[in-house]
Amino acid sequence: MTESLWQTLWTGYVFPGGLILVHILMLTVPLLIAVAYLTLMERKVLAAMSLRMGPNVVGPFGLLQPFADAAKLIFKETIIPSGANKFLFIAAPCITFILALIAWAVIPVGEGLVIANINVGVLYLFAISSLGVYGIIIAGWSSNSRYAFLGALRSSAQMVSYEVSMGFVIISVLLCVGSLNLSAIVQAQKTVWFAIPLFPMFIVFFISALAETNRHPFDLPEAEAELVAGYQVEYSSMAFALFFLGEYANMILMSGMTTILFLGGWLPPFDIAPFNWIPGIVWFCLKIFVLLFVFIWVRATVPRYRYDQLMRLGWKVFLPFSLFWVVLTAGVLLAFDLLPKGV
Amino acid sequence: MAEVTIANYMVNFGPQHPAAHGVLRLVMELDGEIVERCDPHIGLLHRGTEKLIEHKTYLQAVPYFDRLDYVAPMNQEHAFALATERLLGLEVPARGQAVRVLFAEIGRLLNHLLNVTTHALDCGAMTPALWGFEEREKLMEFYEGVSGARMHAAYFRPGGVHQDMPRGMDEEIVKYLPRMLKVIDDIEGLLTENRIYRQRNVDIGVISAKDAMDWSFSGVMLRGSGVAWDLRKSQPYDGYEKYDFDIPVGKNGDCFDRYLCRIEEMRQSAKIIEQVVASMPTGPIASDDRKVVPPKRGEMKKSMEALIHHFKLYTEGYHVPEGETYAAVEAPKGEFGVYLVSDGSNKPYRCRIRAPGFPHLQATDFLSKGYMLADAVSIVGNMDIVFGEIDR
Repeated sequence: MTESLWQTLWTGYVFPGGLILVHILMLTVPLLIAVAYLTLMERKVLAAMSLRMGPNVVGPFGLLQPFADAAKLIFKETIIPSGANKFLFIAAPCITFILALIAWAVIPVGEGLVIANINVGVLYLFAISSLGVYGIIIAGWSSNSRYAFLGALRSSAQMVSYEVSMGFVIISVLLCVGSLNLSAIVQAQKTVWFAIPLFPMFIVFFISALAETNRHPFDLPEAEAELVAGYQVEYSSMAFALFFLGEYANMILMSGMTTILFLGGWLPPFDIAPFNWIPGIVWFCLKIFVLLFVFIWVRATVPRYRYDQLMRLGWKVFLPFSLFWVVLTAGVLLAFDLLPKGV
Repeated sequence: MAEVTIANYMVNFGPQHPAAHGVLRLVMELDGEIVERCDPHIGLLHRGTEKLIEHKTYLQAVPYFDRLDYVAPMNQEHAFALATERLLGLEVPARGQAVRVLFAEIGRLLNHLLNVTTHALDCGAMTPALWGFEEREKLMEFYEGVSGARMHAAYFRPGGVHQDMPRGMDEEIVKYLPRMLKVIDDIEGLLTENRIYRQRNVDIGVISAKDAMDWSFSGVMLRGSGVAWDLRKSQPYDGYEKYDFDIPVGKNGDCFDRYLCRIEEMRQSAKIIEQVVASMPTGPIASDDRKVVPPKRGEMKKSMEALIHHFKLYTEGYHVPEGETYAAVEAPKGEFGVYLVSDGSNKPYRCRIRAPGFPHLQATDFLSKGYMLADAVSIVGNMDIVFGEIDR
């Protein structure tokens, strides 16, 4: 009896639980290292674009710089403003960071390489990225600082507006796939990546991704020249680092989403000899890398939008356009009988 | 239900603010994102320059002018040198004038490079700023080559300039210019046709020609509104009339026009520099009036007279005849003037400095009322404010 109880416990809970934990670690640890090196890449690429060297002192070619930065942030004193709401002030960066990480649960990084292959993957991602606003608005409110509050207001307005058009973009992809499962979306791009037939949507999605992650030219929430650092102005030490990590993990996440929805996920560009020898995960990472480079490239090139211009772009340009494209996609699929079968 | 009063949002913008350009402090009243009132506070960099100059000999006063608008130091010295020369009735030899014009135009390049690029930075474009600083560094090397100091040169002295340029420097400057013009083209490539940059600057901070004159604007702030007023043309000094250059004038008086004016002025400055170097006269670089301009080192070794002059000039200084004068130059930021009163002693009785940035800053509220917070940042950045000269 005891023997079988132990066995059921092992086979039913402990072993699968441990397996999931290993899976999570296998995803999270590389992700966090990727985040650390994304910061280095950003600094290096920006430096190259502005004719500078970038970090090159810590380690060979500055490769240990992210660790030096991390050490610095960890050992700094955490300053909590006296007027701040302590609990929320600490909770906000945790929310941002956790949300940025748990979204990765449904991202398939390769054929079958996904922690949770759920059928509502897209909805899950959407829910998580909508929750991201909370971390920021709580941070802005609990800091009890005018700049932080203004930044938080801008940020929430911005994220809400761009999520709407992003939703329509995703719907047009879903119409072509007939499934909310992210792996199925990738499999549906075997013949052609959605970036080609849905090219305008791809652009809209990428720009919305820039806005969603508060990157240039939509970095109004933390617009340095206006709001100093927006919602994170009062943060220091590890709390600041969590925001920072969360933001960069979000960048990678958004690049991952773009890759899955439009660039064929882990699929090679051509399903022929030299390309399909390379494992899918390499293709996936490579595509994310290219998109991240574009993120940084955009930052080096363009000025920042003004608040009302940003809103106008979101509501008056992207929303009608993506809505129109959803109708067009649906119409074309229906008219030529191309709707995905057997779903 | 009780009546609720909604108060506007007050923001204390600066002095520790990345877009405050030094130590500007603005107290802003915001209605949402709209600026309802924008109150500039001055005085954080006040050093009492004018009062200090009253206690220094005329030569010792020169370095104070470097520290006013530290972005283009030599242009300030220029005004003081001109004022002193006017009181003394001193003639500057042709080469001295040409060298002054050369370095005044380099100062204009230094200033406009900084302003155009930091204004872009205020609008969120970070790359031009770093490109611009690279070029400023090279231009400052010319400063260093000629005076030994990158910024606080004390090079334009009453009577001429302190010493001659190192041999071959004028050719080096001309050889360098195309590279700088290339960078200006690159900066323009990032900004001028950029939709976002245009959206952020066209029709922002508009001021009519009449208002600009009423607020006593000068320099680019005035020319951006369509008034072709440039002291180098209207009352040429140090031989500016000999050079062929144009005065770019704006049309709408908005931030974008002022940006375009600055870009074009840099090209015109490069043109002036080329002409100056091509027609560089030979001869002395400073007046040979030994009662004002100290003798050369070599002369001192041989001549008792020269030694005495040197001793007198560096201890007591020279006495300036009683009188008063106003001398103004077209500094990169606008009309920079020095009103000098002499009581016949070796120290100025009064030295009043007219800084172009001061009237510009006064108009902050006028210019940015009703615009958005981000526009206010753009307007302040575009006004080309340096607190060294405003607070003095």
